Amino acid sequence: MSDALRIEHLEVSFRVGQRERKVVSDVSFAIRRGESYGLVGESGCGKSTVAFAAIRYLARNGRVSGGRIWVDGQDLWSLPARELRRLRTHSIAMVYQDPGRALNPTTRIGTQMAEVFEVAEGLKGRVALERAAQMLARVQIASPERVLRNFPHELSGGMQQRVVIAMALSMSPGLLILDEPTTGLDATVEAEVLDLIEHLRAELGNAILFISHNLPVVARLCDRVGVLYAGELVEEGPGSSVFRDPRHPYTVGLLRCMPAYGARKNQGRLETIPGFLPAPGTITGRCVYADRCANVTERCRAEVPPAIDLGGRMSRCFYPERAPDLPRQVAAPARGAQPGPAAHTRTQAHEVPLLRTHHLSKTYRIAGRPLQAVHEVTLDLWPGETLGLVGESGSGKSSLAKLLLGLSSPDAGSRVQLRGEALPASADDRTREQLKALQMVFQNPGSALNRSQTVRRLLGRSLRLTRLVGRAREARLEELAESVRLTPQHLDEKPRRLSGGLKQRVGIARAFAGGPRVVVCDEPTSALDVSVQAAILNLLVDLQAQEHVGYIFISHDLNVVHYLSDRIAVLYLGRLMEIGPAERVFSGPHHPYTEALLSANPTLENEGARRIRLHGELPNVLNLPSGCVFHTRCPRKLGSICEREEPPLVDAGSGHGIRCHIPAAELATRAPVVSPPG
Amino acid sequence: MSAPATALREASRAAARSRARERWQTALRSKTLLAGVSILGFWIVCALAGARLAPLDPFADNLLATLAPPSAGHWFGTDQLGRDIFSRVIVGARDILIVAPLATLLGTVLGTALGLALGYLRGAVDDIASRVIEAVQALPLVIVALMALAAVGTSDLTVVLVIGFVFTPLIARTVRSAVLVESELDYVAAARLRGDGTLAIMFVEILPNVLPIAVVEMTVRLGYAIFFVASLSFLGFGIQPPSADWGIAIAENYSLVGSYWWTVLFDAAATASLVIGVNLVADGLAGVFEA
Repeated sequence: MSDALRIEHLEVSFRVGQRERKVVSDVSFAIRRGESYGLVGESGCGKSTVAFAAIRYLARNGRVSGGRIWVDGQDLWSLPARELRRLRTHSIAMVYQDPGRALNPTTRIGTQMAEVFEVAEGLKGRVALERAAQMLARVQIASPERVLRNFPHELSGGMQQRVVIAMALSMSPGLLILDEPTTGLDATVEAEVLDLIEHLRAELGNAILFISHNLPVVARLCDRVGVLYAGELVEEGPGSSVFRDPRHPYTVGLLRCMPAYGARKNQGRLETIPGFLPAPGTITGRCVYADRCANVTERCRAEVPPAIDLGGRMSRCFYPERAPDLPRQVAAPARGAQPGPAAHTRTQAHEVPLLRTHHLSKTYRIAGRPLQAVHEVTLDLWPGETLGLVGESGSGKSSLAKLLLGLSSPDAGSRVQLRGEALPASADDRTREQLKALQMVFQNPGSALNRSQTVRRLLGRSLRLTRLVGRAREARLEELAESVRLTPQHLDEKPRRLSGGLKQRVGIARAFAGGPRVVVCDEPTSALDVSVQAAILNLLVDLQAQEHVGYIFISHDLNVVHYLSDRIAVLYLGRLMEIGPAERVFSGPHHPYTEALLSANPTLENEGARRIRLHGELPNVLNLPSGCVFHTRCPRKLGSICEREEPPLVDAGSGHGIRCHIPAAELATRAPVVSPPG
Repeated sequence: MSAPATALREASRAAARSRARERWQTALRSKTLLAGVSILGFWIVCALAGARLAPLDPFADNLLATLAPPSAGHWFGTDQLGRDIFSRVIVGARDILIVAPLATLLGTVLGTALGLALGYLRGAVDDIASRVIEAVQALPLVIVALMALAAVGTSDLTVVLVIGFVFTPLIARTVRSAVLVESELDYVAAARLRGDGTLAIMFVEILPNVLPIAVVEMTVRLGYAIFFVASLSFLGFGIQPPSADWGIAIAENYSLVGSYWWTVLFDAAATASLVIGVNLVADGLAGVFEA
């Protein structure tokens, strides 16, 4: 029987201006029927290009310049238009990253879904709608009839993605292509959608091409994986062997730069991959990875390594056997790794925290109705400490950050203190000293840097806070640039000429320009690739040790938060649900919400972790549940007390607070969701 | 600074220069822009050289050769007073090419400042001003300008001022919407965090990023302004005789168009070609800024 998808020596070129650029070269792999195949790699590696070539839907300026693709045994690129259309209707389906844009915003879900059956099977009105309802039931939507009447904007992101998957599956395609299907979703929702995909695969048995930058997700879902780098498939094989025993230096590097589950900053720096991803098609006649590889030899720079068959798996490296022993960078423990000064300073009553919030609240008014973005958050930050802030979107993480920085004003009765002194609510009213003390690293470096200014001018403007002038300011600027490892060459560039990682370094340099005491980092690495993320995290750890600043570190990536944080605060719907030392928050006792978050966190190490899933939707923020705001989704709800009374923040020992009616002692009897490593 | 660092900086400056060159090359490759610049350039040369370029004296009457059709002696024929139309069309470019660009420039400067203020400061003033702008857009602008000119009296200066003020809200609206988008970007928050004042944020941080939009809007408006000025001149409230202005010429001769078409056609074609040229430049510029 033929494979669901077979790609041989695929080459894809794009015309850019007058030149033709080869962005995918010599990619070969096959997906058997019923098999799930993961294609991983960093952004710009050609993952999506391969997927679009596999449905013959390249952009106008792109073409397959070599190789062949068979879908279901048919040579895709030589099919006549009619046959191609038939194949696309019945044999292939694709699900994209952003479900909001895959659905037509002006049409009801029912109409959109029924259309598939009307076009493909000639069904009419009511019958087509019934089939649509059946499909929705299949993707575990509880009330299909209601959803069919909804418009896309009335559904949450997770529900939208279910609808898109249902549409993709409606013709029972032999091959389902999923292009980053969970990237925009929250962790608990992502976990649910992945469960669904796993379940459907077992039930329907179609082949899946799963494209993702997220290695743990691919490891969980896929039988085989292919690793793309700069448009080439550098390694390929069964998922378990590729991730456990990689045979290409790039795969090894990629796995090492992710903070492993349970890794901490005082246990050592993160590995990074030196250098930059080359623009596709710029390296020819040698190994594409040679410039960044620690195992490089003369041969790698002179010849293109062939795809070497290692028995059921492939590596495009001359020395696959050397890959596991790839030299590590100096495994020096991070500077400033002394066990958090926070722990002991806090016990001394006369010490004042660096930053303290007291009943900090922010209520927006939406059409006259109150929306509590942040509600009575009380927390401290100590010098040199990192406080991690976790929670899903809508939990109030960013709103809290804006309040601290004075970018929005809190409700009356809220207090923010810097070293014991009250801070004015708005940044515009703060003194030069107060502004210098509190700075921010933004999530999206593209929007955080003014695109019309060079890096030199951008940093220079921030240095005005220091009152340095002339040569002294110039000298400080160069010192600053050096501290974030920017070269003098970068200083005269405008942001758009810099890569994402370099832009974020500029953003960090700007935050440190005035010698801050507290830096709020709002998802500083979520827009970056894994290999770049590691270098940025290392930089943040180094700077903290040198300058002894306190960080408030916001992230949805629990492994990153765990790596960097001394203490962690968990937010849900603007409320502080749990706060405590990082290792206590991770090892338990847990708040039920934290438990669900941890369980949804995909890691390479904990494939057998206990699955706790949250059901139901995030409550409407304009109409919050009474009592404990989490009771509508809580898997461990006690009873009516949860609906009536808001639980207090109960002390579970060693500065660990949990906002739950279940006594801490009982929470502690539950085994941790994921066992600590080792 | 060490020698290698200097060399590096030199290299990056060179790279910046080559980028500027790249943008020029995009501009030169744009056929739209090239066509527009050629047409506009032609009329600018006519406006500058004026009488020196004209084969005959554009203001000399010749009562023996009134209303002569196009011929070898008078390429575009002659008008009621026997003046050479070809020469008058060339000279007629001057006044409109002074008045229309000045009016547009005034409108752009005022409109950009207003748009920046409304878009960044928001609040009640923005709400009210935006409604006023919408109301202004609903009025027939030529009528508004006519009434204003009737009140203050017509001269080149008042025409510039009136058209400039009429354009201000229109340009403000475009700039305001661009500023709204920019204000939400994090670099504005970062500027507040380092204590930049409101004016510094508006003019140093945001303005350079909305400038391309303002420039394209200005070119589009220039096309309208030319048409606007020509209409006013036609109605007698724009450029005043004895100028050889095209609008005036059309007004003087349009009753003759049935038998003496050349007295109107060439002035009308000149006006149209200038508007088209400016619009081509606007399209081309928009393309270059997007690239």
